[in-house]
Amino acid sequence: MASSYDYDEPSYDNRSYPPSSQVSDVAYDPNFVPDSVKTFVVHLYRHIREKNVYEIHQMYEGSFQRLSERMFRENPWPSVEAVAPYVDNDHVFCLLYREMWFRHVYARLSPTGRQRIESWDNYCSLFGVVLHGVVNMQLPNQWLWDMVDEFVYQFQSYCQYRAKLKNKTEEELQLLRQYDQAWNVYGVLNYLQALVEKSMIHQILEREKEGLEQFTATDGYDYEGGSNVLKMLGYYSMIGLLRVHCLLGDYRTGLKCLAPIDISQQGVYTIVIGSHISTIYHYGFANMMLRRYVEAIREFNKILLYILKYKQYHQKSPQYDQILKKNEQMYALLAICLSLCPQTKLVEENVSTQLKDKYSEKMLKMQRYDDEAYAVYDELFSYACPKFITPSAPVLEEPLTNYNQDAYRLQLKLFLYEVKQQQLLAGVRSFLKLYSTISIGKLATYMEVDEPTLRTILMTYKHKMHAVDSDGKIIPNADVDFYIDEDIIHVVESKSAKRYGDYFLRQILKFEEMISELDRVKLD
Amino acid sequence: MVRERESQQQQVSYTVEQLVAVNPYNPDILTDLENYVNEQVSSQTYSLDANLCLLRLYQFEPERMSIPIVVRILIKALMAMPAPDFNLCLFLIPEQVQMEEQFKTLIVLSHYLETARFRQFWDEAGKNRSVLEVVPGFEQAIQAYAIHVLSLTYQKVPRPVLAEAINIEGLSLDKFLEYQVANSGWALEKGHGRSQLIVLPRNEYNHPELKKNTVDSIPFEHVTRIFPILS
Repeated sequence: MASSYDYDEPSYDNRSYPPSSQVSDVAYDPNFVPDSVKTFVVHLYRHIREKNVYEIHQMYEGSFQRLSERMFRENPWPSVEAVAPYVDNDHVFCLLYREMWFRHVYARLSPTGRQRIESWDNYCSLFGVVLHGVVNMQLPNQWLWDMVDEFVYQFQSYCQYRAKLKNKTEEELQLLRQYDQAWNVYGVLNYLQALVEKSMIHQILEREKEGLEQFTATDGYDYEGGSNVLKMLGYYSMIGLLRVHCLLGDYRTGLKCLAPIDISQQGVYTIVIGSHISTIYHYGFANMMLRRYVEAIREFNKILLYILKYKQYHQKSPQYDQILKKNEQMYALLAICLSLCPQTKLVEENVSTQLKDKYSEKMLKMQRYDDEAYAVYDELFSYACPKFITPSAPVLEEPLTNYNQDAYRLQLKLFLYEVKQQQLLAGVRSFLKLYSTISIGKLATYMEVDEPTLRTILMTYKHKMHAVDSDGKIIPNADVDFYIDEDIIHVVESKSAKRYGDYFLRQILKFEEMISELDRVKLD
Repeated sequence: MVRERESQQQQVSYTVEQLVAVNPYNPDILTDLENYVNEQVSSQTYSLDANLCLLRLYQFEPERMSIPIVVRILIKALMAMPAPDFNLCLFLIPEQVQMEEQFKTLIVLSHYLETARFRQFWDEAGKNRSVLEVVPGFEQAIQAYAIHVLSLTYQKVPRPVLAEAINIEGLSLDKFLEYQVANSGWALEKGHGRSQLIVLPRNEYNHPELKKNTVDSIPFEHVTRIFPILS
C-alpha cells in the first residue's frame, strides 16, 4: 500500500511531524494552503483526470484521513477558493473538494447553520453536474457511496437541527426563514429519485439478469472509457431512498425503493461495507416494523456473521466506529425479533453466542408480560432505531418549541403497542411446547383466562405469526404451530430440522481450505 | 379469502397509479390522490401505495391535511386486514392528529381486530356506524378477515365461535353457511355437544402437514461453490 503514494510519504510520517496541538496554536487562516494539502489536491486532481481509480481510492481513504487527523483536527480544511488555483480552477473538482470539506466539518467539528445550507447548495451543484451528464470521471465506489450516505445523513442532521427551535439565536432563525428550501424533503427525495432514474439503474439491473449487460461482474465500474459516477450514484440512491423512507416511518415505500436490488445474493451493495450494513440494517428494521420477523432475523443473522468474520479488516477504516455501532444496534434488533418470534434455529452459532453474551438477561425479561418487559423493549428499540425525523418545515412563530423527538416518540409508541398486542403470546407458546394435544378448557385454566378469551389469544397468535408480504401472500413465521379441531388444540411439533446439506457443504469447503493450507506449509 | 382480497387490490385504475409511479414526490398530485381516495371508496377498490403517497404528502405539508380523507384511508386500511396497512398508515400520521376522537375510535377497532376480539369489535363498530357506513363493503371485508383468521386456526370451528367472529346469527347464518358450502368448500358436521361444527377448507396453516418441506433443500448457488473441488 505504502508504495502507491511515495510522493508525499516523508511528510506523512507522524513521528517527524509536530504534534497537532502545536499546529492549532498557529492562528487559523482558512485561505492558507499547507504544502501537504497542495500536494494532495494536485495529485488527486491528476489521478481523477487520468481515471486512476486505485490511486484515487488510496488518496481518498488514506491520505485524506491522515491529513485530517494530523492537521485539521480542530479546524476545517483550506477553503476551496484557496486550493482552486492548484487544480486549474476545475469546477467539478472544486465541487468534490467541497463535498469532502463539509463532510470533514460534520465529522470533526460542528457545522454552523450557514455551513449546513452551503453544503446543501454544494450537493445541488454536484448532483446537478452529474445529472446533466457532463461528468466523465471514474470514482471509487467507496467515495460514491459516502456521497449518497452523507447526503442523507446531513439531511437527517438538518431536520434534527431545525427541530430544536428553543435555543436558536435570532440569526439562526433568520437563516431558517431565508433558506427554507435548504434540505427541503422534496428536494432531497427528488435528487435521489432523479439519480435513480437518470442512471437507468433499474434497466441496467434488469438487463443484467438477462445477461445483456455487466454490472455486478465489474463492481459497477466502466472499463470501456465511460464514467461510473451517475450509474453508481443511482445505484446507491436506491439504498439512500430506503434509508430516508425509514427515517420518515414509511417502511413499505422504503422496501419498494430497494426492491430492484436482490439482497438474497452478494451484489454491488456488498462491496463497500458501509453500504452493505446500511442496506441490511434498514431492510431488517423495516421488515421488523412490518412484522416480517423471520425475514428480519434471517438478514440480521447473515450480516452479523459477516461483520463478526470481517470486522478485523476494517479496524483502520474511518468507518470502523460506525460499523461497530451498527453491529451493536443490530444485535439489539435481533434480540427484539427473536423475543417476538423465537426462531432461534435461524441464527448461526457464533452470532447466537454473541447475542447471549449481550442480551440473554434482557431477552428473558422480554418473554414476560409486565412493565419491566416493556421497559426492555422500549430501551432496545430506542437504542437501535434509526434517527426518525419530522420532514415538514418548522413553525417559526412564538412560542418556539422543540419537536425533534416527535417522530421518534410516535414510532416507539406504535411499536410498543404492537408488543402489547403480542404480550400473551409468549405465555401461550410456552404451554403449547409442552403438549401434543390439549383441550381449550384445560389450557384456559392453566393460563387463568376464560375459554372465549383463550380462543382470541390463540387466533391472535396465528394472526401475528403470519406475515403478509408485499404481494399479499401469507408467510408463516411461527416456531410452534397448532390447529384447533373443535375444542382440542393439536400442537405441531416443529421438527428440529438439521440442515445436513448446508452443514456438509461448509465442512467440504473448510476441509478443502485446510488441505490447501497444509500444501502451502510443505512448500515453505 | 386471501385471493379475494388480492383481486380487490388489483382492480385499480391505472392512471392514478401511473401518476404515483412517475411522481412519487410531487406535491402537485395531492388533489388527484384525494379524489382517488374517494373513488376507491365509491368503487370499492383499493390502492395502498397511492394512499401512502398521499399520507406522505400530508406528512411533508401538514397544513394541507384533510381529516375526512385520512379517516377514509384508515377505514380502507382496516378492510385490508390481515395486511398491516393500518399500522403503515399510522406510522405516517402525526401523533396529535391521532388524538382526535374519530382516529381514537379507529385505533381501538384496529386493536380489537389485531387481537381477534371480534365481539368487542362488532360492538364498537355498531356504536360508530356513522363513521364506518361512509365506506361501502366494510362489514364484508371484516368478515373476510375474520374467516381468514379462523381458517388459519381451526380445522373445525364451533358454530357460536364463527357466529361471534362474523357477527351473523340465526337464519342469516344458515343462509351464509349454505352459500359457503356450495361455493367455498365448507362442510357442516355435528359436534360433540348440541352445537354444529363447521369444517373449514384445508390449507397449510390449519393442516400444517401440507406445508412443503423445503427445510433441507440447498440453493443451487451454494452447490456451485463446491464444483471446483469436485472436479
